[in-house]
Amino acid sequence: MGGFFDALFLQSGYNAALVTLGATLLGFAAGAGGSFLFLRKRALVSDAVAHATLPGVGLAFIVMVALGGDGRSLVGLLAGSAISAFLGLLAVEWIVRRTRLSEDAAIGAVLSVFFGAGVVLLTVIQGMSRGRQAGLEDFLLGSTAGMLMQDALLIAGGGVAVVCAIWLLRRPMTLVAFDPAFAAARGVDVRRIDLAMMGVVLAVTVIGLKLVGLILIVALLIIPPVTARFWSERAETVVWVAGCIGGLSGWIGAAVSASAPALPTGPIIVLVATVAFAASLLFSPARGVAAAVMARRAFQARVHRRQGLLALARNEPIHDPLTIRILTAEGLLRPDGVATQAGHAACQRVARDERRWSAARRLHKDTALTGRYDGLTPIEEVFTGDEIAWIDRHVVTEGAA
Amino acid sequence: MTELTVLQSADPLDPASPLAVRGLTVSYGQKPALFSLDATFPAGAMSAIVGPNGAGKSTFLKAALGLIPKVSGDVAVFGRDVDRVRDRIAYVPQRASVDWDFPTTALDVVLMGLYGSVGLWRRITGAHKAQARACLERVGMADFADRQIGQLSGGQQQRVFLARALAQEADLFLLDEPFAGVDAATEAAIIGVLKALKAEGRSVIAVHHDLSTVSEYFDHVMLVNLRRIAEGPVATTFTAETLAEAYGGRLGAMQIDALALQGA
Repeated sequence: MGGFFDALFLQSGYNAALVTLGATLLGFAAGAGGSFLFLRKRALVSDAVAHATLPGVGLAFIVMVALGGDGRSLVGLLAGSAISAFLGLLAVEWIVRRTRLSEDAAIGAVLSVFFGAGVVLLTVIQGMSRGRQAGLEDFLLGSTAGMLMQDALLIAGGGVAVVCAIWLLRRPMTLVAFDPAFAAARGVDVRRIDLAMMGVVLAVTVIGLKLVGLILIVALLIIPPVTARFWSERAETVVWVAGCIGGLSGWIGAAVSASAPALPTGPIIVLVATVAFAASLLFSPARGVAAAVMARRAFQARVHRRQGLLALARNEPIHDPLTIRILTAEGLLRPDGVATQAGHAACQRVARDERRWSAARRLHKDTALTGRYDGLTPIEEVFTGDEIAWIDRHVVTEGAA
Repeated sequence: MTELTVLQSADPLDPASPLAVRGLTVSYGQKPALFSLDATFPAGAMSAIVGPNGAGKSTFLKAALGLIPKVSGDVAVFGRDVDRVRDRIAYVPQRASVDWDFPTTALDVVLMGLYGSVGLWRRITGAHKAQARACLERVGMADFADRQIGQLSGGQQQRVFLARALAQEADLFLLDEPFAGVDAATEAAIIGVLKALKAEGRSVIAVHHDLSTVSEYFDHVMLVNLRRIAEGPVATTFTAETLAEAYGGRLGAMQIDALALQGA
């Protein structure tokens, strides 16, 4: 446990601190960049891009060994992965544009073909007599083990560059995600912005390969934005909150991984992000499950209360057990089913409200106001006092007539 | 084909018109949606584009804006290529084209209309927000500025989109079915704003589906059904003959007479 806290507060060595910093920046970039993907409803394209990196890693290794190196330069491997990921992205775009296949089919095809090719290449590499192939499979699930300082700096620097690109492109990307027709009419080149969006995703994927791995990087792109969506109704806030959630996940995940090196880094970072997601899903005040259940129950109680009081006002018996329970709990109904004094008063009020509403709906010209009648809303919330007085005069005259 | 070539080589399109097209053909796949269409909309007027479903009304707006490729023909906005005058055009797409669960408030949507003047990188200041609020005020939506757009009614959403167009301070407003599925209060609010725009000398062109209000709302009308059926002032163009030609058997004879009478 001590090891974990040392790592969390960057106290377990310069190298480990750099790795943690790199993971934090990567997580931030992934969360913020993934937000636009999520808002554009193209989250799964990132999965195709990520899996398409694998043949690039294998080919880069083979090329570097053929050129006389040991094949372990991270820059070289990442460059290879970027090229093949870009080809994968182009393949998805091309299939969608030129054939009748939909995007999900294109994603499935590209993802599996590229990943399959990558696995074949890795198998070939295992049989090679030259080069240091051990550890290449870490690109699948990510690892901090054996990471060099320059690797960590590369990841951190890449993260910063991606965040800058996101900041520069935030407005056109938001515009395109929300309303592409309007964006195009404004003169925004929608296709180019979409490509830039994918470029951000590609960059996040490539710099995240070493740390998170290609299988799970998609989780780091998607989980933070959907988590942030629980907390905000504004795109810009969602983007930066998602960045913070991703950054925190990267930080905590890297610290855990540093204190328990046998665990793969990627899954741990993703699990930390998942905890944030689960907590938001359950407890977000506006969109969470708990809030929705409570709001539903409160609404149901209002309906039963109103219906029960209207039934009492008409001297009808109440049979629904929930209605009886609610009215009894409020002291409006005696256990034997007879209204209390407070219950009688409440009945009168509800019945008067109904009479006023029915008069207002018949007489008032403004349908925007009378349209707010839903059986539950008290008329005082919609009309002003003098308007209600005017309505009341009509209720009275009709009663007399 | 010879006829089209002749049309394309004719004189330049009227530079005084906010939107003029000649020989415009647009096609989805191998099937034309608009065929060799000519139109010249007057400046400072309210014009309607009218025709049955699938007649190519929305397609016309999209092609005029360059949102979909045209197979042939010329388009001029204020006598120039549309790409050179985008700052002078405000477009209100059909409401259905948007994801209503998108995390954005009514005010944010209107601010999107200001991106042209704010630029892509500069900060959005209090002045910009005040300007956006003023646009919401004009469509009667100031009280709803901070609502997420999905929580607004259809009519209110349409008003927010109109406010976004107002924020662009354009000279030409292109609206795609602005009154589709909106309540009476919204329709009155929108038409009030559009008439105010016209009074300021701006041009409004709207795809319109409600034949009974054409004469009341608009000065100029184009009836379209794949081809241009008729175009001109509502009083002389919106007649029983042109309606029957545009709608074929879809409108009963009595309906057509009733509508044409309103215009007379």
